Amino acid sequence: MDILSDLWLGAQTAFSVWNLLYCLLGVFLGTAIGVLPGLGPTATIAMLLPVTFGLPPETALIMLAGIFYGAQYGGSTTAILVNLPGESSSVVTALDGYQMARNGQAGTALATAAIGSFAAGTVATVLIAFFAPALSAVALTFGPHEYFSLMVLGLVASIVLASGSLLHAVGMVLFGLILGLIGTDINSGEMRFTFGRFELADGISFVIVAMGVFGLGEILSNLENEQGRSVTLSKVTGLMPTRADLKRMVAPVTRGTLIGSVLGILPGGGAMLASFAAYALEKKSSKTPERFGKGAIEGVAAPEAANNAGAQTSFIPMLTLGIPSNPVMALMIGALIMQGIQPGPSVIEEQPVLFWGLIVSMWVGNLMLLVLNLPLIGLWVKMISIPYGFLFPAIVAFCAIGVYSLNNATFDIWLMAGFGFAGYLLRKLDCEPAPLLLGFVLGPMLEEHLRRSMLVSRGDATTFFTRPISAILLLLAVLLIVSILAPAVRQKREEAFTDED
Amino acid sequence: MHSHRTKDFWAGAVYVALGGATILLARDLPMGSSARMGAGYFPIVLSGLLIVIGLVSLARSFLRPGEWVERIHLRPALFVIGATCFFAATLEWLGLVVALPICILIAAAGSRTFRLNLETLAATAGLTAFCALVFIKGLGVPMPMFGTLFGG
Repeated sequence: MDILSDLWLGAQTAFSVWNLLYCLLGVFLGTAIGVLPGLGPTATIAMLLPVTFGLPPETALIMLAGIFYGAQYGGSTTAILVNLPGESSSVVTALDGYQMARNGQAGTALATAAIGSFAAGTVATVLIAFFAPALSAVALTFGPHEYFSLMVLGLVASIVLASGSLLHAVGMVLFGLILGLIGTDINSGEMRFTFGRFELADGISFVIVAMGVFGLGEILSNLENEQGRSVTLSKVTGLMPTRADLKRMVAPVTRGTLIGSVLGILPGGGAMLASFAAYALEKKSSKTPERFGKGAIEGVAAPEAANNAGAQTSFIPMLTLGIPSNPVMALMIGALIMQGIQPGPSVIEEQPVLFWGLIVSMWVGNLMLLVLNLPLIGLWVKMISIPYGFLFPAIVAFCAIGVYSLNNATFDIWLMAGFGFAGYLLRKLDCEPAPLLLGFVLGPMLEEHLRRSMLVSRGDATTFFTRPISAILLLLAVLLIVSILAPAVRQKREEAFTDED
Repeated sequence: MHSHRTKDFWAGAVYVALGGATILLARDLPMGSSARMGAGYFPIVLSGLLIVIGLVSLARSFLRPGEWVERIHLRPALFVIGATCFFAATLEWLGLVVALPICILIAAAGSRTFRLNLETLAATAGLTAFCALVFIKGLGVPMPMFGTLFGG
């Protein structure tokens, strides 16, 4: 059994004292910052990224992954306790979770979320261990044509699955791609769009963009409706779910895990779509759909399981193809590149310690969440009740210092300020920052693969359609676009996202 | 003819402007051929596409009623972005211990609930001390504790 020896290697890595410690630290910091209302996983990871730069690659990735689940779980805690979902994937949790809390079942809701997430995380981890190597073996046969088509498919999928306007999602992807080209052209050494500033010669770090549009931009949006932020905390009691509760959780958690695992792998999918779909399915298949929205335990268990499963399996395309399916994975890719590792199918072969260590640590991280979170709930409640007026200046300070630490240059702080303001204005125009970040990270890779494939085929663009795998990938992209433009699907899509508001 | 204050109109205008600016900036870059793309090829293609998207958005804003742009709140933007810029401008001159608390207070003033009282000042001092300890002492970020103004 090959996979056993691989997992053993992973266990040795994940259970080393330092990695365990950093995983714990990541989970703890992630949850602590994730519970803060108005801070989603993307902003949390962007803020904490600079902390990991000094670490060895596997430790850095393990810590970042820990931060990610922590932030996600923290977001659910806030959604349940104060009905202030930190990001879109916990919006659904707030529907029934907050009602449960108001009915005096806050403890049960939190425990349900924790247990559901853990069960889903365990299953998803096993899935990654089995499917990722197979997928990367396929991907190793890809040439530049296939890569280019795959990235196009990824970008198209992220556009289709984005929650806002399709047209503006396309616009933001294109804008992101252009921003990604700033810096020295690796083929010719030519400077592009640098305005003669040497600070731009290496391009703009994705951390600056992420902190600007997600960190500062979100603060500006939050400051608009401060009045609505009066936090009334419900008391947390009865943390241990009863046997009956556990019984009622089994089926929804199983269904949620399945949906989440599948949707997580899709480009553009990940946690948010998974939780929406799982909630919709539970409501539809329930014998008592009228209980939903009034504190149904299934309405917490299924989306929580789904969003955690989706969060985990979205690592699969990131690790095996080097393609991010959501902004969080875009940040992870950026972190890998900063560590000097080129993301792609060869990561498993060339960095087995990192790959398998990360997989085993995912499970360890989920276990830590389960063990850590319920006893520490008092601390999280204290964090939630910090008034926003005290919180956001601290975020500004952390972002500014974090961005400075990238290159020890104040120029980067100026850039971040610019991106923050631009992000706020674009949000006003319904232009979501998530596609922008995906385009930004993929820009240089997309250009590189386009150039290589056109060189191979001597400038003949039809080869994208005559090579079978590339043609299938492009066909899928076209089908996605056509399907979304079809009136019936369009209506469904709008329905699916209306619960969000 | 619909109002030009819709989101579609302004987003379209932004795309066209960005695409146009990119083409303008890329005009001196070598285009190369489709087999041997120069540095200018891909940016030009992308900005062409962006302009097309922008024109579609503009056309849509005239053809069908759209949502108006919500009010842009300048106060928080001014204070928060201003605070960030202040920090960038003065960090090397004043150093973290002086520049950061001022930056924090400017940013905090962006909130309508901001009051300059003892609690606020204590929180600012605490946060500054925390950042100095964690980032400069702990993580070794090479930031000046005191800037050139104080001979640091």
